[in-house]
Amino acid sequence: MSPDVDEAVDAFIGALVDDDPQQLYERAPCGYLSTTPDGTIVKVNQTFLLLTGYRKQDVIGRTRFDQLLTAGGRIYHETHYAPMLRMQGVAREIAFDLICAGGGRLPVLVNSVLERDLRGNARVIRTAIFDATQRREYERELLRAKQRAEASEAHAVSLARTLQQTLIPPNPPEIPRLDVAAIYRPAGDGREVGGDFYDVFQIGDDDWVVAIGDVCGKGAEAAVVTALARFTLRAATVQHREPARALRVLNEVLQRHDATRFCTVALVRLTRTDGSWRAVLCCAGHPLPLLRSADGQITEAGRPGALLGVLAEPALHDTELTLAPGEVLLLFTDGVPEGRRGSQFYGEQRTLRVLGQPAVSAAAYPAALLEDVLAFQAGYARDDIAIVAVRVPEAGTR
Amino acid sequence: MPSNAPSKGASHPGTARASDEGAAHRRGLTGRASLPVMGAASKLNAHASGPVDGQPMVFAHGFGCDQHMWRFVAPRFADRYRVVLFDHVGAGGSDLSAYDPGRYAGLDGYAEDVLELCHELDLSEVIFVGHSVSAMIGVLAAEREPDLFAELVLVGPSPCYIDQGDYTGGFSAEDISELLDSLESNYLGWSSAMAPVIMGRPDHPEFGEELTESFCRMDPEIARRFARATFLSDNRADLPRVRTPALVLQAAQDVIAPVAVGQYVASTLPNATLTLLDAVGHCPNLSAPEETTAAIERYLADSRCR
Repeated sequence: MSPDVDEAVDAFIGALVDDDPQQLYERAPCGYLSTTPDGTIVKVNQTFLLLTGYRKQDVIGRTRFDQLLTAGGRIYHETHYAPMLRMQGVAREIAFDLICAGGGRLPVLVNSVLERDLRGNARVIRTAIFDATQRREYERELLRAKQRAEASEAHAVSLARTLQQTLIPPNPPEIPRLDVAAIYRPAGDGREVGGDFYDVFQIGDDDWVVAIGDVCGKGAEAAVVTALARFTLRAATVQHREPARALRVLNEVLQRHDATRFCTVALVRLTRTDGSWRAVLCCAGHPLPLLRSADGQITEAGRPGALLGVLAEPALHDTELTLAPGEVLLLFTDGVPEGRRGSQFYGEQRTLRVLGQPAVSAAAYPAALLEDVLAFQAGYARDDIAIVAVRVPEAGTR
Repeated sequence: MPSNAPSKGASHPGTARASDEGAAHRRGLTGRASLPVMGAASKLNAHASGPVDGQPMVFAHGFGCDQHMWRFVAPRFADRYRVVLFDHVGAGGSDLSAYDPGRYAGLDGYAEDVLELCHELDLSEVIFVGHSVSAMIGVLAAEREPDLFAELVLVGPSPCYIDQGDYTGGFSAEDISELLDSLESNYLGWSSAMAPVIMGRPDHPEFGEELTESFCRMDPEIARRFARATFLSDNRADLPRVRTPALVLQAAQDVIAPVAVGQYVASTLPNATLTLLDAVGHCPNLSAPEETTAAIERYLADSRCR
């Protein structure tokens, strides 16, 4: 035989000697421990002693396995590990901290089996113990990362709520001799900041602006554009009496803004003339508002115009109308007509039916319409919904 | 919402249908969860066996496991007694959607569940057998409705796990926070992918040859809360108010509820008998079912002579 083969044979025999069952047990790459069914340690291997620093005589016959655990580990042992072992005969990958001879702690992973005799009586528990120091450190990092992620998600949700509340005025201001009501419902579970907004504000005596709009997209970037649109409209309507001109200013601002966001707006300037109100209305890519006469006739108000943020010169048209006592102007975002059930849209007919019902206050219309749209979608709004109603009270009621 | 690209059409029937099915699915789920009155028996995965006219014995499991904890003991009573087993909400085959962190922040919510279950099953003269934390849940239930209960059997009870002044519960507050850590590191092995398998057994077949995956497994968040409700409870003041006769079964070596605690419970309850078991560990119902069963039988036989 060649020297190479001789060497291989020697190595084989050497390994065989070193790995006789005794060595295999004593110097296995994990700690071994055998206990009686009640946990008293009866046998341990060298690796276990090396890992923990105990001497054989310290533990054999004297110590129960649970006595090597931290107090928290002992509770886990009694409430989980021991019952599992009794019920299933095995317990796998249980994380414990062992208290070592010097008082230090050793994070370990433990696998155990319960051996029974032929009559089914519990005889011995065999346990393998793996040093898990590095793994545990990594798991702690994972856990910390998970906790951080949960905390920042909770923070994001509360931030979204706060943002939404600042973007949507909770209640329109009280306007003398005009009844204004609004309602807003974010899409889905309300976690995300939507792009719908409305605003009602005063320019001068008996001179008010109502705006409703919808910025495409959701989230923080849409929220920035929503805020920009609102503040721009507030400034532009002071400078420009005509809604179309104010909207052109907004168009320019949006085009100059970094974010490529589009926006639809319906803007109404309301000025009082005795018991009635003069309304000048401009629609930029927005669903046309509906006008309900005192006797329940409903017509679209205004002319369709281009949406904002796309074209340099959007076609926008002011329409003038008079709101007489008892008349209602209803503005809404596309969350209303585009409310969906399967492939069906909520649509105009349903809106007209709800609006056709007589009511004595502006608040009744947004409430009834929202309820109906939500019912149509079985309570789940796929899109934000904003609705504003402006009603001129009959003489003597306000 | 205006579409991102002005040319994009508003309607996408295909996606609309898919999302509509999703919505219908969600509705179905919430619809079931929000039923105003859900039966306690189905919420708690209750199972009854034994003669219908037998005196009821209600077995309640402790922290960590489920009703299978009683598999070596409860069947021994089913020839004479109406045996009722159940899982606390959050454990075993209970309805997880019924878990309400407020209701179950303390042991009172669990005691309410026991009372609701007894009323729903129209039980009277109940022998309540509670292991570990369920011993105190039984104490609270009996305190609230003394007339419902004939006997309490308290296995390894502790009214307070944390040392307080002269009282020795066996643990410090740090020990309990260590337990919460221990729960956390062990639940790293609880993967959410397993959750439907573990929790979704609709008929919850009786414990057979097969391993029951749910045994000792619990949603980590619920386990944490249940651990807090259990190990931070202090029900010492409730003990003197319980008129129901009680048996305290105390294992000789129990690291969770030491002998001194068992003695405290037995001497503080107005009408209690203490029986020491040779068994080692906190679960004599699993490790020494013969001895446990015999002690309960002897006590019930004696109580009939009283």
